[in-house]
Amino acid sequence: MANLNLVQAINLALIQEMEKDDRVLLMGEDVGLNGGVFRVTEGLQARFGKERVVDTPLAESGIIGTAIGLAMAGLRPIPEIQFEGFLGPAYDQICSHAARMRSRTRGAFQVPLTIRVPVGGGIHAPELHSDSPEAIYAHTPGLKVVMPSSPYDAKGLLISAIRDPDPVIYFEPKRIYRAFREEVPEDEYTLPIGKARTVAEGKELTIVSWGASVVQCMQAIEKSGRDIELIDLRTIYPFDVDAVETSVKKTGRCVVVHEAPLTCGFGAEIAARIMERCFLHLEAPVQRVAGFDTTMPYYKLELDYLPDAARVGRAIDDCLAY
Amino acid sequence: MPITTAYKTEIQRVSILDEHGNFDEKLGKDLIPDADLIQLYEAMVTCRVLDEIAFKLQRSGRMGTYPQNMGQEAPSLGAAYVLHKDDWIVTCYRENCGLFWRGVPMESILLHWMGDERGNAMPREHHATPIAVPIGTQMLHATGLAWAAKYRGEKRISCTFFGDGASSEGDFHEACNFAANLEIPVVFVCQNNFWAISSPGKINCSAPTLAQRALAYGMPTIQVDGNDLFAVVKVMRDAAAWTREHGKPHFVEAVTYRLGDHTTADDARRYRDQAEVELWKTRDPITRIYNYMKSRKLWDDSKEAATRERATARANEAVATAEGIAEPHRADYFNAMYAQLPADLATQLATHNTHSLGQTEEAARAAEEALLKAHAHGSHH
Repeated sequence: MANLNLVQAINLALIQEMEKDDRVLLMGEDVGLNGGVFRVTEGLQARFGKERVVDTPLAESGIIGTAIGLAMAGLRPIPEIQFEGFLGPAYDQICSHAARMRSRTRGAFQVPLTIRVPVGGGIHAPELHSDSPEAIYAHTPGLKVVMPSSPYDAKGLLISAIRDPDPVIYFEPKRIYRAFREEVPEDEYTLPIGKARTVAEGKELTIVSWGASVVQCMQAIEKSGRDIELIDLRTIYPFDVDAVETSVKKTGRCVVVHEAPLTCGFGAEIAARIMERCFLHLEAPVQRVAGFDTTMPYYKLELDYLPDAARVGRAIDDCLAY
Repeated sequence: MPITTAYKTEIQRVSILDEHGNFDEKLGKDLIPDADLIQLYEAMVTCRVLDEIAFKLQRSGRMGTYPQNMGQEAPSLGAAYVLHKDDWIVTCYRENCGLFWRGVPMESILLHWMGDERGNAMPREHHATPIAVPIGTQMLHATGLAWAAKYRGEKRISCTFFGDGASSEGDFHEACNFAANLEIPVVFVCQNNFWAISSPGKINCSAPTLAQRALAYGMPTIQVDGNDLFAVVKVMRDAAAWTREHGKPHFVEAVTYRLGDHTTADDARRYRDQAEVELWKTRDPITRIYNYMKSRKLWDDSKEAATRERATARANEAVATAEGIAEPHRADYFNAMYAQLPADLATQLATHNTHSLGQTEEAARAAEEALLKAHAHGSHH
């Protein structure tokens, strides 16, 4: 066991998978010599060489497009897109090819790709360094979308993503890269993609969240003093609807929390599923605490935009009082 | 300080057999053995015959939108002829002739345009990727495939095809830049057919050649008469050998012409002069080889008739095979999405519904069974 933050947990997972499987290689802007702008790949080029930790040209479509070719040839590339705001140029390759190659060829080709992407706001970053586009990719059949909220989960989910035969977008919430540490086993372990984690058990209300917002939810629960269950989705697609259903049938009330904009955010999907599966168990309408339907403001106002413990707390109160 | 020349170069163009029957003995002698030439000719004729049949299939409602290859048989064929069998060939949609030479069954291409993904389920041994519909994107896949070969220490290279329109796409430039800077062995073959649907060359490139685009990436580049199979074979053989030896990319601009419409959904008369088409018909790659073989006494009317007959029989057989395939199942498109069918998709498949009310216990059980079955079988392939 080591006491690691999220960055260190991801770094450890990368080292262990690269040692175990020489089909695994890292590629991206500044990932080699510089160790990545967040230092997630620190020391890996020195350890594994320039052939396996590759500094690429500054071209996101090129990074994903060539990674697709590498994966089609049977390797396990892990491209990094430096910030989620730079996914745009790679969107065509991700959605037109990575997501479709298996289906298009009826399985003759597969694309075992793990795209690592720092995501979300709260770090005083410039424009296009703070967004939360997970719903866009969850809405793209053929992809899997993962977002850990803790160092332990980050390691186990990343190893699963690397070994997964399908393309996975692995979002790393940059706000909690170094926010806290926890015990992370040095031994190899995996966490299943598609399974949620119950962070806290409770009987009065269910909160469903993922990524950095999980931390805000924990604070809100503590402040509320109520008996609240917190589910960390861990995986946006496939989505663990059974875990949500079981919890909401027990509590009858649900608040969904995410950083992404409200409209068509993944919270909308969760609310719809709860209505389908838990209609007669509901004591209150499902509430969503989300980013607003605005562009993410520059950092002077980013905390105004992001769901925080206070906004989550109000939703908890309103939902319980309904 | 005086003004000096920082960089100077020229673009070479290779032509061996022109449309008037002039043959460059120095370059062309012993380039293609006669026996091979006859086979290559038959391959072009067969591709053309299939192309004509495919057009009629579309017009009679037996096939969806189809992009005719007519007039552009030589570049991909010449490439496939000189490439090693395990080199990757990464195409868009006007490379049927090269794919067939590689061994891709004709019915695969027909199936693709008949709206059936099974046409893309190509056996791995062909080292060919499925037809890429978005423009230029496949150039990056070719680069990745060759990169994987380099990573593994194999001598395999990639050869990728794209059009003049693709040279405007970002992926064109990213692929050239990646391959050049990371030293990845790819032969980039631009089939300059002068028309990107209705956009003429000038809209996509203001330089006198497309070949010179590659200069900016520091890679060797050459232009070839793309309707001259001899010249294509020479240029592709040299480019592939150079790429294999140096582990770096090489660019080829094959100047050809799209004799047909962009696709069966297009009407080129709206935007191009018929006189231009008529001119290019006199430069047809097939006629050129036919005349050459006749002049060399390699060919006569009876051989021609036999070749045409075989080509028609083979094309008809491919149509029959494509049309005779069993209807696809609903489960095919669900099961192909992931190596293991997610539970939610299993339910959607079993109930064929996305609404939850009225879902029978029977359907729910079927969903569970489908899921168990999918997981028991593990990966789809």
